[in-house]
Amino acid sequence: MAAFVRTAIVPPLARGGHAAVFAGRALREVFRPPFELRETARQVYEVGWRSLPLVAAAGYAVGIVMSMHTRASLERFGAEALIPAALALALVRETGPLVVGLLVSGRVGAGIGAELGAMKVTEQIDALEAVAVDSFKFLVVTRVTACMLAMPLLTVVMNFTGIVGGWTAESAVSGMGFEAYFRAAFSLLQFTDYVPGTLKTVVFGFIIAVTASYLGIHASGGTQGVGHAATRSVVAASVAMIAVNVVLVRLIFFLFPETAE
Amino acid sequence: MTAAGSGDRGATAAAAAIRLEGVSKAFGAFRVLDDVTLRIPRGQATVVLGRSGTGKSVMLRHIVGLLRPDAGRVFVGDDEITGLPPAGLAAVRRRIGFLFQNAALFDSITVAENVAFPMRRHTALSDVEVRARAGAKLAAVGLARAAESMPGSLSGGMRKRAGLARAMALDPEILLVDEPSAGLDPVTSGEIDDLLARTREERGTTLIVVTHNIPSARRLADTMIFLHEGRVIARGSVDDLERSGHGLVRRFMRSEAGG
Ligand SMILES: Nc1ncnc2c1ncn2[C@@H]1O[C@H](COP(=O)(O)OP(=O)(O)OP(=O)(O)O)[C@@H](O)[C@H]1O
Ligand SMILES: [Mg+2]
Repeated sequence: MAAFVRTAIVPPLARGGHAAVFAGRALREVFRPPFELRETARQVYEVGWRSLPLVAAAGYAVGIVMSMHTRASLERFGAEALIPAALALALVRETGPLVVGLLVSGRVGAGIGAELGAMKVTEQIDALEAVAVDSFKFLVVTRVTACMLAMPLLTVVMNFTGIVGGWTAESAVSGMGFEAYFRAAFSLLQFTDYVPGTLKTVVFGFIIAVTASYLGIHASGGTQGVGHAATRSVVAASVAMIAVNVVLVRLIFFLFPETAE
Repeated sequence: MTAAGSGDRGATAAAAAIRLEGVSKAFGAFRVLDDVTLRIPRGQATVVLGRSGTGKSVMLRHIVGLLRPDAGRVFVGDDEITGLPPAGLAAVRRRIGFLFQNAALFDSITVAENVAFPMRRHTALSDVEVRARAGAKLAAVGLARAAESMPGSLSGGMRKRAGLARAMALDPEILLVDEPSAGLDPVTSGEIDDLLARTREERGTTLIVVTHNIPSARRLADTMIFLHEGRVIARGSVDDLERSGHGLVRRFMRSEAGG
């Protein structure tokens, strides 16, 4: 029993605690000057700009699929007129943020895990420290900040291309015009639908970057270790994000009761 | 830096640049450094010898605070780095140049930008000046033509020299070099030795050189230290080590092969 506790319970707990300390430090340092502006800008480009095509294309495809499903459901009630609004609501509140989160977990999580992992095993992180650079600020905080900035912007893009995708599907069936579709889509959207859903992606961005950075910076064991860090970053970042999402949805319902209607 | 250096050189000519006091370090159950006590004199070249895996690189890492000792204390000048907060440690590190055994170049930027990196971080020099100085540092190690290459496309010996240029970027008071001549032909290796010797003479730089290359150790060393199984088993001049009571040390000194 004691042995079981020592080998199967203590190490994961210790790792969890270690990771939590890491996350707490990241959260503090994101808001504490001096800021590594150049490096952060470079990371925003890496994380945000270079994810744009992927997010835009995925949004468009998701919009088409959601539109087809929404039509199938609402037709039964003869409520076709509500299709654009229903799609926009689902997209903006939940589907957009979540899909962007998963896409970024994959693309950026793997990237951060592999890059920091490789820097770790080739001693480049030590080299940064040796030239008197705070490697945590330079490598981790810049990536975390970049992800927190990029996520809501990417979500806006996904929501937009999603609605365009919805219109594409709709116009193929009913020949509805673009402008009319957009007006209908936004007719029921409220501030409280839009803002909490988009802002929670800031939290997703934090979780993705912190998870991947943590696993990258603690990579060991050469090339194989780098590969592990990349894979585990994607898995851990997606799972953590989905889990935190449950809490955030509850929290948003609590803070903005009208969104639960 | 030079002003302060020359100011106290007269007063404390015998001052140690670096001191290790009873430093021990283990990885798991494996004891790498075992109660090591050392004084590295200021402005001299100290060569560290020892078989592969005896803790030479681990010792250097303690001096820049990349590793913390399990027991004992490490001083750089008057600063005990084992107790310093991060900001204080960074200030000490700015006075030290470090050449990693594997060079550890930043592989996402060019060779010239690697050398420029410490200057961009820690000096107010203009971009033009930084480039000029980085170019000069690279020329000094014979890499002027590789300035715009990416580290990944360099040979092992070229990477080593680029790492040395980066270590010397801020004209540090203390230069720690881990096997500068590994992977170099005898002629280039000799040129690197000359550069190190010149740096020490002209700037009064304190040098610690880890090497397996005995000819180069003889050329550079004011003092030699021989590490074996985590302890210093011999120290002194080249002559002292040649007459050491330890068979291993004498055998090391007799070998003429470069490493
Ligand atoms: N981070 C680490 N974790 C575990 N063991 C380590 C670590 N760093 C060094 N060691 C071990 O410490 C010992 C000394 O390593 P070190 O790199 O100092 O040897 P060295 O004297 O520099 O050898 P070489 O001449 O081959 O470079 C080795 O056995 C090595 O395996
Ligand atoms: Mg070594």
